[in-house]
Amino acid sequence: MQLTNRSKQVSNKEMTLAEKMYLPAIAQGLAITFSHLFKKRPTIQYPEVKRYLGPVFRGHHVLKRDEEGRERCTACGLCAVACPAEAISMVAAERQKGEEHLYREEKYAAVYEINMLRCIFCGLCEEACPKQAVYLRHDKFVPVFTEREDVIFGKNKLVEDVNNRYVRNNPEVKATPTEPTLSGAAT
Amino acid sequence: MDLTALIIKTIIILVIFGVTLVIAMYSTYAERKVAAFLQDRLGPNRAGPFGLLQPLADAGKMFFKEDFIPAQASKWLFILGPCLAILTALMTSAVIPFGESVKFDNMLIPLQGIEVNIGILYVFGVVSLGVYGIMVGGWASNNKFSLLGAIRAASQNISYEIALGLSIIAILMMTGSLSVSKIVQDQHGFAWNLFNQPLGFIIFLTCAFAECNRTPFDLPECENELIGGYHTEYSSMKLGFYLFAEYINMFISSAIISSLYFGGYNYPGMDWVRENLTASLGTTGHNLATAIGSAVFFGKIFFFIFFFMWVRWTIPRFRYDQLMNLGWKSLIPLAILNIVVTGFGLLYEVKYASWIIVAVMVVLAVASQARAPKGAVSAQKV
Repeated sequence: MQLTNRSKQVSNKEMTLAEKMYLPAIAQGLAITFSHLFKKRPTIQYPEVKRYLGPVFRGHHVLKRDEEGRERCTACGLCAVACPAEAISMVAAERQKGEEHLYREEKYAAVYEINMLRCIFCGLCEEACPKQAVYLRHDKFVPVFTEREDVIFGKNKLVEDVNNRYVRNNPEVKATPTEPTLSGAAT
Repeated sequence: MDLTALIIKTIIILVIFGVTLVIAMYSTYAERKVAAFLQDRLGPNRAGPFGLLQPLADAGKMFFKEDFIPAQASKWLFILGPCLAILTALMTSAVIPFGESVKFDNMLIPLQGIEVNIGILYVFGVVSLGVYGIMVGGWASNNKFSLLGAIRAASQNISYEIALGLSIIAILMMTGSLSVSKIVQDQHGFAWNLFNQPLGFIIFLTCAFAECNRTPFDLPECENELIGGYHTEYSSMKLGFYLFAEYINMFISSAIISSLYFGGYNYPGMDWVRENLTASLGTTGHNLATAIGSAVFFGKIFFFIFFFMWVRWTIPRFRYDQLMNLGWKSLIPLAILNIVVTGFGLLYEVKYASWIIVAVMVVLAVASQARAPKGAVSAQKV
């Protein structure tokens, strides 16, 4: 079966004198490489310029807050159950009086930890969550860590910043620079 | 020679030495940049503006690496190898005239390390000594791959040196001198040897590639067959010396090609420039005209260094038997033919006799191409 017409029959035929001189072929080759001097470079200067990875990229986890800035997570543990890598663990606690502006439900996650060495960024936690609390951001990578202590990300790193909300479907942002995060209202 | 002349001469020698080293250093940078640009990449651009500090970073890395000598290696020869390589590479630039002459206190001092009337012979002697650097290093490593690389280097250099020498003889016959400065002076203005000796130039260029162990003739260090070739076992600055020697050789080859075939510091209209500058500025004008000539010379050298790199990133490596066939069966007979034809040309005072061979070869090539069977296996059009 022929897929393309680019294939070439291998042959051991005698080279003609012109081919034995190599020079015409060499000149041809030199012309080709020289033309590449003026081609546009596809390189993106990574730390300075970042590509837009698309709206479905799964990166850094985020624990969303609701419209009033209260944490959505109710520590039901469904994400931990769904997680195939068993990377998520949490400790539930009961909301006290006077904490209504902090947590949306009566139960909340006092500790919420993701082991970033285990996480495979499959997004099943996101799907499992009944409260739309955990998301994988499309605009931020998990930063590099060099120490064992930095591997486990707690709530301090995961909970959304009130002043810098994460929005996935922001129609304004199509372009590349993504750090720090997109601003705007919650989903 | 009095003291002033001696001091000026010393300065010239030191400057040539320094310039050689700096150019070799930045050749490594240029090589990577050229490679990148020919492959639609950007090349080193992180160390300093445009990556200009990259060679310094590389050298720093080389210095701080562990200097390892294998237990079974012949220790002194192992050290001697890279020393020989870099020594011979640096020695060659002594006889190359980098410019006409500087005037100082009505003294004319040529811009040349040393004027010897056997300049070309000196270059060939030193260059062929350079093979020992590679051979000694490869042998002393006590490693099969190194030894194979060294043997390849030796046999390649020996076979290509013959064609290299023969291709020059035609020029020596036309000039009647072995001195490089005399050969350069002979090409005054635009009477470059390239126009009399096109075939000699192509042979010399090819052999220069082989002498420098550059692609397409980089068999001594072909990575996919011999790991690193003769410098497999080398590390740290010893490896650095080998690589550095290669780049110095490239610079020297470019300098020799431009002075033998491209008129060295000669350029069209040089007399007019010199007369006008000397008339208006006197001694300074004379030195300025020399500086312009030197700049032209370095322009030619840089072009050839670029050409070396350009070819390296275009042409794949020759197979060993192809290399030997090309050297012994094509270049050497052609060089001898060139000598004979040039000799007849001198006898009958036809300056451009060498073009006859070129014309005949082109006719034969076209004829053979026309006679070749057409079919699916014809050369691919790109």
